[in-house]
Amino acid sequence: MKSPKLLTWLPGAIVPCVLLAVWQAVAVSGIVSPLILPSPLAVAKKWIEYLSPYEPFDPRRSGYLAWLISGELLHDAYASLRRVVSGFVIGAVLALPLGLFMGASEQVYKLFNPLVQLLRPIPPIAFIPLAILWFGLGDPPAIFLITIGAFFPILMNTIAGVRHVDAIYIRAAESLGANRWVLFRRIMLPAASPYILAGARIGMGTAFIVVIVAEMIAVNSGLGYRILEAREFFWSDKIIAGMITIGLLGLAIDTGMSQLNNWLLKWHRGLEQR
Amino acid sequence: MSFATPYINIRGVSQIFRSEHQKEVIALDNINLNVRRGEFLCLLGPSGCGKSTLLNAIAGFTLPSAGSITVDGRAIHAPGPDRGMVFQEYALFPWMTVEKNISFGLEIQGATKTAIREKLDMLLTMLQLRDFRERYPKDLSGGMRQRVAIARVLALDSPIMLMDEPFGALDALTRHNLQDELLRIWAEFKKTIVFVTHSIEESVYLADRTVVMTYRPGTIKQEVHIVLPRPRDPASIEFNRIETELAQWVMEEQYRHQQDEIKGSGKTH
Repeated sequence: MKSPKLLTWLPGAIVPCVLLAVWQAVAVSGIVSPLILPSPLAVAKKWIEYLSPYEPFDPRRSGYLAWLISGELLHDAYASLRRVVSGFVIGAVLALPLGLFMGASEQVYKLFNPLVQLLRPIPPIAFIPLAILWFGLGDPPAIFLITIGAFFPILMNTIAGVRHVDAIYIRAAESLGANRWVLFRRIMLPAASPYILAGARIGMGTAFIVVIVAEMIAVNSGLGYRILEAREFFWSDKIIAGMITIGLLGLAIDTGMSQLNNWLLKWHRGLEQR
Repeated sequence: MSFATPYINIRGVSQIFRSEHQKEVIALDNINLNVRRGEFLCLLGPSGCGKSTLLNAIAGFTLPSAGSITVDGRAIHAPGPDRGMVFQEYALFPWMTVEKNISFGLEIQGATKTAIREKLDMLLTMLQLRDFRERYPKDLSGGMRQRVAIARVLALDSPIMLMDEPFGALDALTRHNLQDELLRIWAEFKKTIVFVTHSIEESVYLADRTVVMTYRPGTIKQEVHIVLPRPRDPASIEFNRIETELAQWVMEEQYRHQQDEIKGSGKTH
């Protein structure tokens, strides 16, 4: 008996399966050199190897769990994730208060908006030379670039969110005796939160793109570094295994953000809601 | 407090808005109106007659272009918890549960936890919201939302309740229930209510006095004292007589409103 869930899931699996089969066929046929296109099985094998611990388990040197996660892939994923989170947090901590003030006050908006509009179109990647010049190599330039990547989406959405707060909430709160601070914290911030969280999700997506690029150029660890390193040795199977890991990590981050959104916005029905 | 002392005193209030094309719209023109303590007053008229504008001025959301409004002798400059507002669109805070919405006003005024809990228990019971206290506004029906909005205002013990077509978006049955409930609350807590509506029947059912307003510029066209004992019977002869009388006044203004719309809303004068 097939469950209904499997039936809805099945059509979506057909295309990837066919693609994998064609890929495998092309790879084993010998038309293309395995250096250019390794077979999917070789990639899968490499991925498991990449994930597995490098050395055999030795209880004298480490605990079992520590050994289990000592593989190269997990180290790289952790390095990338740590940079994304650091850069994202710094970016959010800077963008959120500025966005709130720019959204709430016309004067602050006029003061900062020209600069923001000037800097915003510059892709974070274009900051790479300057980042290296300023911060050298290693984590600092990478985190700097990720901060820029996360900063602007969060800033722009926070401004828009505050500006779109329905005036009726402000009126209701004022007639209930709210002062400016209460208005800001208890009304404008939560009312703007759907926008802010959408901005955070976009910012996280940008941060994840930027981390891979930054690692290819400024750092020698992380998933971005690893796939570029693999290219130098013509390890095409490892390149693809690394790309799959990047994809999985990106998916995990986005799913996490989306779950967080749903939980924080459980009161929210949509924009028609009053 | 003598019976005749004006509690809300509106003197020579005018309100002029400027439209996009710098065209002046006189929303209110020299309104003089007194509301006595404990009175249930209805502002009645077609849309565009400025009844909501007048209510917003009493609430302090907008300052009149001319004239003054005082409550108990003090001039109105800003919104405040002495004048609780109930909106047609409910205006509940969607990110707060029913309970949080109701206690918000007390909370920001620094009431103690016990005081808040006692008040909350009383209001949730009185407005039959007990089973909904943990719900968010999106999960409530229109009638339930308006109960929460009323409870939110009652929590602050505001002597004045300003209501802007509060039951306008509700179905007839729910509306009728809430009207009765409001009358009970009004009598029990001795509130002064200014109630905006475009329903003639609603105003006859609820009000001590109904003020009919004219369509642009908004002025007071007629005042009708309704001295029928409560509960009022909408099927009674007396009720219908007052309804017919009011209908004449309102329909004249409604007609002007329609003529204006036919001519095109761009040419308001």
